[in-house]
Amino acid sequence: MTVELNQKKVTEAPREADRVTSLQSSKIRWGELGIRIWLAFCALISVFTTIAIIVLLASETLKFFTAVSPAEFFLGTTWTPLFEPSAFGVLPLLWGTFLVTLGAAVIAIPAGLASAIYLSEYASDRVRGIVKPILELLAGIPTVVYGYFALTFVTPTLRNVFSDLQVFNALSAAIVVGIMILPMVATLSDNAMRAVPVSLRQGAYALGATSYEVTTKVVVPASLSGVMASFLLAISRAIGETMAVTLAAGQTPNISLSMFESIQTMTAYIVQVSLGDTPTGGIAYQTLFAVATLLFAITLAINILSQLILNRFREVYE
Amino acid sequence: MAFHSTTEHRNLAKRHLKSKVFAAFCGAVTWSSVVLLVVLLYQVSVDGFRWLDWQFIDSFPSRFPERAGIKSALVGTIWLILLVALISIPVGVSAALYLEEFATKGRISKMIEVNIANLAGVPSIVYGILGLAIFVRYFALERSLLSGALTMSLLILPVIIIASREAIKTVPVSIRYAAYSLGATKWQTTWAHVLPASFPGIMTGVILALSRAIGETAPLVMIGALTFVAFLPEGPMDSFTALPIQIYNWVSRPQQEFHELAAAGIIVLLTVLLLMNSTAIYIRNKTEKRLR
Repeated sequence: MTVELNQKKVTEAPREADRVTSLQSSKIRWGELGIRIWLAFCALISVFTTIAIIVLLASETLKFFTAVSPAEFFLGTTWTPLFEPSAFGVLPLLWGTFLVTLGAAVIAIPAGLASAIYLSEYASDRVRGIVKPILELLAGIPTVVYGYFALTFVTPTLRNVFSDLQVFNALSAAIVVGIMILPMVATLSDNAMRAVPVSLRQGAYALGATSYEVTTKVVVPASLSGVMASFLLAISRAIGETMAVTLAAGQTPNISLSMFESIQTMTAYIVQVSLGDTPTGGIAYQTLFAVATLLFAITLAINILSQLILNRFREVYE
Repeated sequence: MAFHSTTEHRNLAKRHLKSKVFAAFCGAVTWSSVVLLVVLLYQVSVDGFRWLDWQFIDSFPSRFPERAGIKSALVGTIWLILLVALISIPVGVSAALYLEEFATKGRISKMIEVNIANLAGVPSIVYGILGLAIFVRYFALERSLLSGALTMSLLILPVIIIASREAIKTVPVSIRYAAYSLGATKWQTTWAHVLPASFPGIMTGVILALSRAIGETAPLVMIGALTFVAFLPEGPMDSFTALPIQIYNWVSRPQQEFHELAAAGIIVLLTVLLLMNSTAIYIRNKTEKRLR
């Protein structure tokens, strides 16, 4: 707050001085103005990007809905837009995405939370200095590498245990996506827990609490908004994840309770269409945008929710 | 009332035991992710190492595994990253400078801030669709390096802006005061003092963002980077392939040999990423020490 105020003073001070004493007070500095306009333009590019995404997705999706009724799109249970007889029910794709995301969350949320607790509450500074960069490295590995890992390591290993596992299956996809989003949960939750002041912990210890009780009853509740936000961001990342699920889960849109079968996620469908020779403007081309709009809307809603949680429920200790 | 009843003793022992088990569990989970990274790296190097030689680096893709290589993919990736850097660094840093130094803190700058935070969370494949519709189709840039670079730049801009702002925020206000008091204008102060002081932090963010762009596959698949390119791109308007695309292509084939080629490609890709990341961490550590 003080910094902001100071900056404001600084921006006003020279201008006032100009007006009062300088002989060139009425001269506009064109160079300075030009630079300012350029900088503002660069900042506005992000706004243009958002507008472009929304306008593009909305207009093509509206065209799509003139050919296919929204009821068929949202309630239909068959997705065969690329061949006859074509059907445009998006539920199988949604289900595929849901299945992979759920599996990934079941792995990444408990494991990520445990890692965050270990890093912030138990690990020494030296161990932390080693483990945290390793987690950041895990987060930086490209998703196509996780796809390779799923196809050549996870699936063959699982097939030794479960003989009825298909080559392409939702389970391996969920496992590698879980591994992929784990570092995100761990590092973000760790940051939130470390923001909890030491005095709160000391207070609890003084009352005779054990380290388990301090962690579960003081630290985690106090940092809950940050921890929840990290879960949501990781889930939104899992929903938008593309290459690993395309490689590992296959191209078979279906609504199946079994994670041993091949499924197709929304993102995998988009990749499938763009790899084929889909002509511009056809109905198949428009399905691309309809599915992308759905994907965009879901991830945006989750991201906004996580920001709301952060802003509304943050405990501020100062 | 006895102060230490036996039941209380037993209860306390139980609570301490619970605490120890919990700590051990959390530690075990954390270290298993470290083991996982080791397994992943080991698996990839075992699969790919025997294909990794100069012939692999210096050959074009081929139907025959023993003749296939990553020459066009590697050159494509280098082209792509140079173009992305040329586009995204000036724009991203300018945007950050505007938001931190020039914009009046009000509704509009708050709106831009929220907007950037949300853009950072948009799935990369949506950027791919945007690139396909705008750069490839609307501006008719075709499936060129330029289309790919523009799409990737949009993708990493939020990351660069957020990292640069953090770096600019760490510059002490006193430095600005000193410049103003000597009669410098806003831009002179920004260019000669704020930017150099925040340069290491900005570079760290930029390198991390660029390394993300190197590994991104989905947007390139969307804008139609070709998987079979037996020539080297000579300018920004040429079609191209890139390392992750080539790896994806090899992984998606059924033959074992191509999987091993993919592993060799992954080794090259991870080496490049590791080099970039360590540079970023090196810069970060060096400047942290200096500021202390």
